[in-house]
Amino acid sequence: MTAQEGLSRRELLMKMGIFFNGIVAAVLAVPIVRYILSPVAHERKQGFESWLPLGELNQFPAGQTRFATYRNPVVNPWDGKTADIACWVRNVDGQAFQVFAINCAHLGCPVRWFPQSNLFMCPCHGGAYYQDGSRASGPPERGLFQYHYKIEDGRLLIKAGEMPTPGQKTQSSPITLEPPRCV
Amino acid sequence: MRLIRQVGEWLDARLQIGETVRETAEHPVPRDTASWFYVFGSAALVVFVLQVVTGILLALIYVPSAGEAWNSLQVLNHGIQLGWFIRALHGWGSNFMVAIVLLHMVQVFLFGAYKYPRELTWIVGVFLLLMTLGMAFTGQVLRFDQDAYWGLGIGASIASRVPVVGPAIVTIMLGGPIIAGATLSRFFAMHVFVVPGLLIVFVALHLLMVVKLGINDWPMPGRVVRKATYVQEYHELTKKDGVPFVPGAVWKDLCFSALILLAVAACAFYLGPFGPSGRPDPTIIQTAPRPDFFFLWLYAVLSLLPPSMETPVLLVGPAVVLLALLVLPFVFGEGEKSWRRRPIAVLSILLIAVALGSFTHLAGFTPWSPMMDAWSADSIPPKFLQNRSALERQGALVFQDKQCRNCHALVNIGGKRGPALDDVAVRRTQDQLVRQVIQGGGNMPAYGKNLSPAETTALVAFLETLRPAGQPAARDASHSVALEPDVGGRPLTQP
Repeated sequence: MTAQEGLSRRELLMKMGIFFNGIVAAVLAVPIVRYILSPVAHERKQGFESWLPLGELNQFPAGQTRFATYRNPVVNPWDGKTADIACWVRNVDGQAFQVFAINCAHLGCPVRWFPQSNLFMCPCHGGAYYQDGSRASGPPERGLFQYHYKIEDGRLLIKAGEMPTPGQKTQSSPITLEPPRCV
Repeated sequence: MRLIRQVGEWLDARLQIGETVRETAEHPVPRDTASWFYVFGSAALVVFVLQVVTGILLALIYVPSAGEAWNSLQVLNHGIQLGWFIRALHGWGSNFMVAIVLLHMVQVFLFGAYKYPRELTWIVGVFLLLMTLGMAFTGQVLRFDQDAYWGLGIGASIASRVPVVGPAIVTIMLGGPIIAGATLSRFFAMHVFVVPGLLIVFVALHLLMVVKLGINDWPMPGRVVRKATYVQEYHELTKKDGVPFVPGAVWKDLCFSALILLAVAACAFYLGPFGPSGRPDPTIIQTAPRPDFFFLWLYAVLSLLPPSMETPVLLVGPAVVLLALLVLPFVFGEGEKSWRRRPIAVLSILLIAVALGSFTHLAGFTPWSPMMDAWSADSIPPKFLQNRSALERQGALVFQDKQCRNCHALVNIGGKRGPALDDVAVRRTQDQLVRQVIQGGGNMPAYGKNLSPAETTALVAFLETLRPAGQPAARDASHSVALEPDVGGRPLTQP
C-alpha cells in the first residue's frame, strides 16, 4: 500500500511537471504566434496603403497610356529595387484617369501596353485586356486591377501600397468608360 | 593498424553503437532485392547530402537580402573561384534530386512496396516528395532574379484565391504587403532551416522503417500479400534465400550513387549554373517569367485551364492528389504486388507520365502566350506580298502594325496563341473575317475600337489573299443560292 502510494505521488509529480511545461509552452506560444502573424495583425491595422505621387499631370498626355513607377510606402532599407513598383496610367480624355496595376489579374505577371493595338498583353499565360482595362481574352477572370487616384497641385496621386492579387477585395472594379459596342 | 583497432575499441566501449551498426549493415535482405531497381532511394539520399554540403558552401557567400542577393549571386558566379561550379552543383543536384525521388516513387509504386506492412514508409515518403518539391520551389526563390520575383507573384496570386483567409495567407507568405526583403528572408529560413530540418527527420524515419520492416521483397506474380501471413513469409524468405545487405546488395547502391554524383558534376561542369536572370526589379517589365523545369507542367496547366475551373482545380486539386497518395496503402494494402498483375497501376503511371510530359513539352514553347515582339521582329514573307494590290499590301502593314502577328503565325513564324493564318481565306469568307476582326470572340480580342473602317477593309483584303495556290477561297453557300435566279423552278428574290 505504501509502495503504491509512493508511486502515485511520483506520477502526480510527473503529471504536474508535464502540466507546468504545458503552461510554459502556451505562454511562449502567444508571443511566437503573434510574431509570425505580425504582417497581418499589426501592419494591416495601420493600413498598407497611402497616397503616392506618380508625377506631374503633363507626363500623361490625354488619350494615351503611359508607364509610371512609385516607391512603396511600407519599405525597409534592404528591400532594394523590389520596393519600386510599376503601373500603367491612362489619361482617358484629359479629365478622367485610369491607373492600372502592373500585375495581370490572372496570376500577377507584368502586363505590357501595346499602343498600336490598344491592348495590354501578359507574357505568362496569355491574358489580354482592352485599353480600359477590361478583359479581352485569355485566362483572367476579370479586368486589370485599378488604383484609386486623385489630382492635387497638378500632380497625379494614387492610393497604393499592397500588391493586388485576384483573391483580394478590389479597390474598384474596372470602370467601363466607353459603352459596350453592339455589333 | 593495432592502434586504430585500439582506438576503435576505446570509442565503442563508450559509445556502444558498434553492435547496432553491424547488425543494421548485415541484416539479411532477400537475394532478389540486390537489384539495380533498388538503388534509387540510396541515390536520393546521397544527392540530398550533396545538396546539404553545397548549400552550406553557398551560404558562405550568399546574402539573403532583397537588395543584395542578386549581386551576391553575381559574385558567386564571377568573383569567387569556382563559385559558379558550386552553384551549378547545387542547381543540378536539385534537378537530379527531384528526378530520382520521382523515379524512386514510381519504382516503389510499381513494385507494390507501399502495401502492408510498409504503409507508413510510403506516407513518410509522400511527405519527403512534398518537401523535395518545396525545396525546389524555395530554392528557385533564393535565386532572387526576375523569374523568382514574378514566380512569387504567381504563388501569391494562387494563395490569394483561398476563400476568406486568402489575402491574409498572402501577407504572411510575403511577410508584408509586397514582395520585398521580408519575403526573401522568410523563404531563406524555409529553404535553409525549416524544410531541411524536417527532411532530415523524415529521412531518418523512412530509413528506420526500411531497416526494421525489411526491404520490399521482389514482387512475384501470384505471391499475394495477406496481413495475417505476410510478416512470417517475409522472414522465411530472408532466412531461406537472404544475403547480408552489406556487402550483398550495397555495392550496387554505391556504384549507382557514384554514377549519379558524377552525372551531377558533369552537368554542372559542362552546362554551368542556372541564372540568375535579370535583376529582381519590378519596374523592368520586359520579361517572360518561367518556372524551373519541374514546375513547367503546372505553368502549362495554369494557361490551359478554362478560367472558371482554375480556382477550384488549384485549391482542390492538390488536396485530392495528396489524399489519394495517403490513402493508397490503406485501400490497396493487400493483394498482388507484381506490376504484371496490376494493369491499372501501370496504366496510371503511364497516363500521369504522358500528361506531365506533354504539359512540360508545351511549356517549352508556350503556344498560349502572345509572342511579344513578333509584330516588329518577324517580317511578312515576300510570297504573301508579291503580285498584291496596294490595298492588300496596306492590309499587310495593318496586320503587322496592330500586332496580329503576336498571336497569329505566318509560315510558322509568330505567336501560336491563335490559329496560323497561312490559309485563313480557305476557312473564312470576307464577311466572317470582318466579323472576327471587329468583334473578336473565340479567345480573340475585339479590334472594332482599334481599327478605322479603312484599316479593317485593308486588313481583310490582305487576309483574303492568304490561301495556298490552287485552293479556292471560302464562300458563303447562301450567297450563291440567293443569287441563283432559278432554284427549284422558283426565283428566290420574288415572294
